[in-house]
Amino acid sequence: LKAVILIGGPQKGTRFRPLSFEVPKPLFPVAGVPMVQHHIEACAKVPGMKEILLMGFYQPHEALSRFLVSAQQEFKIPIRYLQEYAALGTGGGIYHFRDQILSGGADAFFVLNADVCSEFPLQEMLEFWQQHGDVQSFVILGTTANRTQALNYGCIVANADTQEVQHYVEKPSTFVSEIINCGIYLFTPAIFQHIGEVFQRNQQELALEESSNGWQRAEVIRLEQDVFTALAGSGKLYVYKTDGFWSQIKSAGSAIYASRLYLNQYSKSHPERLAQNKLGGPVIRGNVYIHPTASIDSTAVLGPNVSIGEGVTVGAGVRVRESIVLHGASLHDHTCVLNTIVGWDSTIGRWARVEGTPSDPNPNDPYAKIDSETLFRDGRLTPSITILGCSVTIPAEVVILNSIVLPHKELSRSYKNQIIL
Amino acid sequence: AGPLALARDLLAEDGEPFFVLNSDVICEFPFAALAHFHRQHGGEGSLVVTRVEEPAKYGVVVCEADTGRICRFVEKPRVFVSNKINAGLYIFNPGILQRIQLRPTSIEKEIFPAMAQDGQLYAMELQGFWMDIGQPKDFLTGMCMYLQALRAQHPEKLHSGPGVVGNVLVDPSARIGANCVIGPNVTIGAGVVVEDGVRIKRCTVLEGARIRSHSWLESCIVGWSCSVGQWVRMENVTVLGEDVIVNDELYLNGANVLPHKSITESVPEPRIIM
Repeated sequence: LKAVILIGGPQKGTRFRPLSFEVPKPLFPVAGVPMVQHHIEACAKVPGMKEILLMGFYQPHEALSRFLVSAQQEFKIPIRYLQEYAALGTGGGIYHFRDQILSGGADAFFVLNADVCSEFPLQEMLEFWQQHGDVQSFVILGTTANRTQALNYGCIVANADTQEVQHYVEKPSTFVSEIINCGIYLFTPAIFQHIGEVFQRNQQELALEESSNGWQRAEVIRLEQDVFTALAGSGKLYVYKTDGFWSQIKSAGSAIYASRLYLNQYSKSHPERLAQNKLGGPVIRGNVYIHPTASIDSTAVLGPNVSIGEGVTVGAGVRVRESIVLHGASLHDHTCVLNTIVGWDSTIGRWARVEGTPSDPNPNDPYAKIDSETLFRDGRLTPSITILGCSVTIPAEVVILNSIVLPHKELSRSYKNQIIL
Repeated sequence: AGPLALARDLLAEDGEPFFVLNSDVICEFPFAALAHFHRQHGGEGSLVVTRVEEPAKYGVVVCEADTGRICRFVEKPRVFVSNKINAGLYIFNPGILQRIQLRPTSIEKEIFPAMAQDGQLYAMELQGFWMDIGQPKDFLTGMCMYLQALRAQHPEKLHSGPGVVGNVLVDPSARIGANCVIGPNVTIGAGVVVEDGVRIKRCTVLEGARIRSHSWLESCIVGWSCSVGQWVRMENVTVLGEDVIVNDELYLNGANVLPHKSITESVPEPRIIM
């Protein structure tokens, strides 16, 4: 059994800027650890998992290499990075590396998108696949969305008894189904035959066209549009529906929402990872993660849903709520940080207020998903999570509201609803 | 001016001149100098004028340079006529009551022009600061001017100590916590409690209010018995009426809050909360 985690590359994940300027998006910390570490932890727990492959088109990167080393040590399982020579789509990469994936005689393998946050019911998917008998079949993890938001995802129509996928459409413009594709799949080696057919077809089409792109384009294969759509109704594709938590992580705002989901999971499965109220320590409300090297004044009040990174200092009387504070940042006395991502090594001066607007899904709708809002609406910046890029300096006593501050900026006054270059 | 007619018997009682003041004005109130000026010229009435940068916002006074006798008034002139305006501080002989009937009367529009025509009205120029404090924004400006004058004349009345910056007036019964920075230009009323780590600049805090810890206030008026929560930021002439409660961690920008309201959400852009 193996797992492949698709981590994309610099051209992807641009909605995550300016945070993705410093660190590849899959390594951005969510609930205190790199986004992709949650995937690795879930995969490593599945009995029989032999190897985890990270696949993407990032150039070799120091942060990535360091992460792979530490993750291997922590989870005691081989983890490798396979670099695609170009962006090959969600299907092209695994097709290109099919020999590596199947090496050692894997009879099945998971494929997971890095930019999702999930309970990862991998064991349950495996059991479902084993139970319904067809070893050549594939499983998509699905969840329920509301009718409006389902249009933003891959929609799955399945047989109510067998869960066989009868119809699949990626981001339809009219309602098809409220069961959506979570971006987590269980494949068998037979998948490569189907991907290969798409590849052949692409090549044939290209041969007919006069194209200067060469054969690179034939290798770009999208699992969703090219493979699943064709496999629907063929008896080979099944959906395993989950009610566990799930969210895409496309924007900075969704990183805070995903943190909340994972921190909530910690409170049930790994409560030792969360900060506790204790004598001489800061006041903790709800689920809070604090890195052991962070230094927090005892009069600070943190939470709910706060992640404090490595080496962060939090001064006296500081209030942090629904925020992520990244490595090395410094919050001076009496600051108030709400719905914000504070970038690496940033400084927030005394009594400053740094505040964003959450874009959480409707809490009254159990199937609501976080919206990927456009940056502007009607010519104005949509109120959103405030983001301070790396090494930003916020002076004392100002207010920064619903703004995005690019790295290394030293502000001298208050800002509201602005992108500060 | 009508109310003066109502008080006719009281005012005319001893035949002495009497002062009349607009209550929404702040200055050094030169009563002695005004009384002296009035007796000197022997006219029916004297008013105080002050020099302003933008006279077109007010009623302008045109008078003779040497005697101070007022020639005429021009209300909100569109071209520059004079930079002296009526400061809202008067002294009259009881005889003026003959001119005033018991009905709603504007002293500036009806009584003064007639007196000026008769050559009976004189203007004395005010020394020192003056402000019309009818609007909250101007109230705070006037407060700053008042504190500055206090610094010059009675500096011992101002508050000093660790965490006090500039001109700050604090009632003896008020309590200020640790690690606060108060001022410049702050007045704190009786029984006010300011908790730890609060920063207040250019504000008036009225009697009985409580400002909870780590909050930040600039250019605000906090009404009687208000309670401002922890980590609140209030700025840009936010005015809280009596007994307003502001929840923790909110941001109020130019909020005008009527009495007895509870504020549970931030007010990011100026508006009135009824």
